[in-house]
Amino acid sequence: MHQLGPPIGTGPLAKREARLAWGLLFPTIFAVSTVVLLPLLAIFWISFKPVELADLRAPEVVLREDIRGDADHVGATPLIRYRLRNSSQEQPIHDVTFSDRIPEGLSVLELDPRCRVSDRDLTCDLGDWDAGARETLTIPVEVQQTYLTNGLRPQDSPAVTTGVSSNVLTNATFTFENFTRVFNGGEFLEVLWVTLFYTVFGTVGTLVVGLFAALLLNKSFKGQGILRGLYLFPYVAPVIAVAFAWLILFDPFSGSANALLMQMGVTQQSINFFGERPLALIMVTVFEIWRYFPLSFLFILARMQSIDTDMYEAADMDGASPFQQFWYLSVPQLLGILSVLFLLRFIWTFNKFDDIFLLTGGNAGTRTLTVDVYEQAFAISNLGAGAAVAVVIFGCLLTFSIFFLKYVSREEGL
Amino acid sequence: MMRRGFVIGPVLSAVWMVVLSVTVAVCMSFATGEPFRPGIILSLLWGAVAGLISVYFGWSKVLYFGIAAGLCILGFIGLGPVLVGPETGLISRAVGAVALAAAFSASIRPILCDLVLGRLTRHEFETAVIRCLTGIGYIFFSAIVLIPFYVMVMTSLKNQSELMQNPLDFSIDISQGAELFRSYEELFSQFNFGTYLFNSFTISVFTVFITLAFAIPGAYAVARLRFRGRAAFSRSILLIYMVPMIVLALPIYIAFSMTGLRNSFWGIVMIYPVTTIPVALYMLQGYFRGLPAEVEEAGLMDGLSRLAVIWKITLPLSLPALASVSLYVFMIAWNEFLLAFMLLDDPTKFTLTRGIASLNSSEIPRQHLMAGSVVATVPIMALFLGLERFMTNGLTAGSVKG
Repeated sequence: MHQLGPPIGTGPLAKREARLAWGLLFPTIFAVSTVVLLPLLAIFWISFKPVELADLRAPEVVLREDIRGDADHVGATPLIRYRLRNSSQEQPIHDVTFSDRIPEGLSVLELDPRCRVSDRDLTCDLGDWDAGARETLTIPVEVQQTYLTNGLRPQDSPAVTTGVSSNVLTNATFTFENFTRVFNGGEFLEVLWVTLFYTVFGTVGTLVVGLFAALLLNKSFKGQGILRGLYLFPYVAPVIAVAFAWLILFDPFSGSANALLMQMGVTQQSINFFGERPLALIMVTVFEIWRYFPLSFLFILARMQSIDTDMYEAADMDGASPFQQFWYLSVPQLLGILSVLFLLRFIWTFNKFDDIFLLTGGNAGTRTLTVDVYEQAFAISNLGAGAAVAVVIFGCLLTFSIFFLKYVSREEGL
Repeated sequence: MMRRGFVIGPVLSAVWMVVLSVTVAVCMSFATGEPFRPGIILSLLWGAVAGLISVYFGWSKVLYFGIAAGLCILGFIGLGPVLVGPETGLISRAVGAVALAAAFSASIRPILCDLVLGRLTRHEFETAVIRCLTGIGYIFFSAIVLIPFYVMVMTSLKNQSELMQNPLDFSIDISQGAELFRSYEELFSQFNFGTYLFNSFTISVFTVFITLAFAIPGAYAVARLRFRGRAAFSRSILLIYMVPMIVLALPIYIAFSMTGLRNSFWGIVMIYPVTTIPVALYMLQGYFRGLPAEVEEAGLMDGLSRLAVIWKITLPLSLPALASVSLYVFMIAWNEFLLAFMLLDDPTKFTLTRGIASLNSSEIPRQHLMAGSVVATVPIMALFLGLERFMTNGLTAGSVKG
């Protein structure tokens, strides 16, 4: 007796489709995991490592080779000299060896006990070296006719050196020092507070300003397209260009903004906008709002233009005033896009680095977590501490993304 | 009390006059460098008077020419809403007065036209207020957007010592001719900006093509094909974007230092597309979903393979989306600063943004810095204005990063 009903499980067609899908996705998954997931894992690894910027150059054997004494007639006995040193002043190198080829026509007279010659190949085993070790090897040789006719010098064949040095990045030394360093000190609390201020006010500001801009342009008139394009300028222009334009505009000595304020009688002496403590943070937040209001403006405008106009006509008939229409009709319709934008912008503002870095370099109380990563890793050259801050950032982001997945992806219909 | 024509008319008119006089004062200061400042009390007074007159008499041509003429005369004798200093030239004084008079008399009618002297309905009252606020909004937004760019362009054309003397004087001497563009000429002849421009352009174009090559198949798979893990995958695409660049930049810097990829064109070309693939994939899959599946199914029935369907049916149909995505990716790559700053040290390999960063030193005059900024801004702006429709569509479709 056959059971009738839909087939159970995946059929061959579905399997083929899934295979094709993974095939199409493979390049993306591969690229993204090498450049995103791998570095993320690396960050965790590095954050437990006592690694500094200088450690990136692994210690290596530096070798110089020359020939001393005359070598211009048969029977002359010059010396081939090898000068070797450890490039690092801090770390030892183990199992140092080098090998070279002695040119034809030079016969070796005497050999260092650590070296061997077989056929014309010279290999020397120099054992373990301490940090900053130096060594000079000389090999006396006798010149024969072939050397003079060939014209091949000992320097012409480059010597190959090998040595094993322990790399901080790959060895098994771990430390919690990076984290204790980051969390200790009142600095961290300030960084956290600055980040929070910047993120919250930057996000709310872009939304509010974007909402106003969208309200202005939500009607068709001549020049609406031009204005819309114009209002997107701050977002489209390269951040470095606009950041420097702001710095020059608000320069404390020769900035136009100060000159204008003094001329209007608002202030008597020039204001150091990006150099004083509470003001610098406010200014970078204002810059963030200025630069990103176009984005929220575009989204809000797109949503506004998709609201049915019948509703407003009905409200007009019922005698609702413009403010009432805005408050009771538009705002509820816009809440969805506003909350999505809030979450997205919140996370992106939290992640923002270049703006503050270019405007103040994190000085004058504007150091956010992302700027702190750079400061620790490159200004203080402590890569490990930078990575520890990055881990903290990543932890915060994981929390945000739980929210994101819960709310935004539902709104967006993902 | 507020909702009476003879109260709200003068109030709005006075506020509007203050806004206009500030605008005219700022504009004239920026254009000429001569002292102009708004007189708040006088603006309120004359604005209120003009408002009361226009509400009382209603609209007529004579009245508005009268207001304009009155404001002109007041401006000339120095009692107008915009105050001038003793050293302000006669011509700029006249231009300021006429500009304010013209702007005010042309714009006050649309604001006040529905008002009557007596009691107003809530609708009339709010409409007038909203019109006034709208006007203020246009001025405010245009000012905040334009001023930084104006300062950027003008600083690049002016000598630094001139600007030190009077930071407001942005007037340029046209008679200088080609001398005006000296800083640009020096950028290209001494600071290698031709190479940077070329580097930026090639890197951006490569980024666009590599991104599309990865994102199109990926987006198609997520949008059309059924496989286990599809929902999880399409969610995690955007999550990738939540990872801040600086967190990734640190290990990338270490890896590039150790493998010798720093300071290389290919290193940058390898890394840029990865930052743009997720967003391109997300934008494209949204568009692919919107295409009718029936067209593709017809292709499949006629014996095309899936890949042929993508190539011959889906891609030609989604050309507008491809244009948007390409533009957006081009913009990201062109404007990218952090990775270029960290990974490039060799002046022959700089991109434009990295090149501008290298101009930021006390030995190089500011006009070069601003000229460099203009050089980086103009191409992306031109591209954007030319293809504005694609750009806005792309931005909204992608929901997009910042």
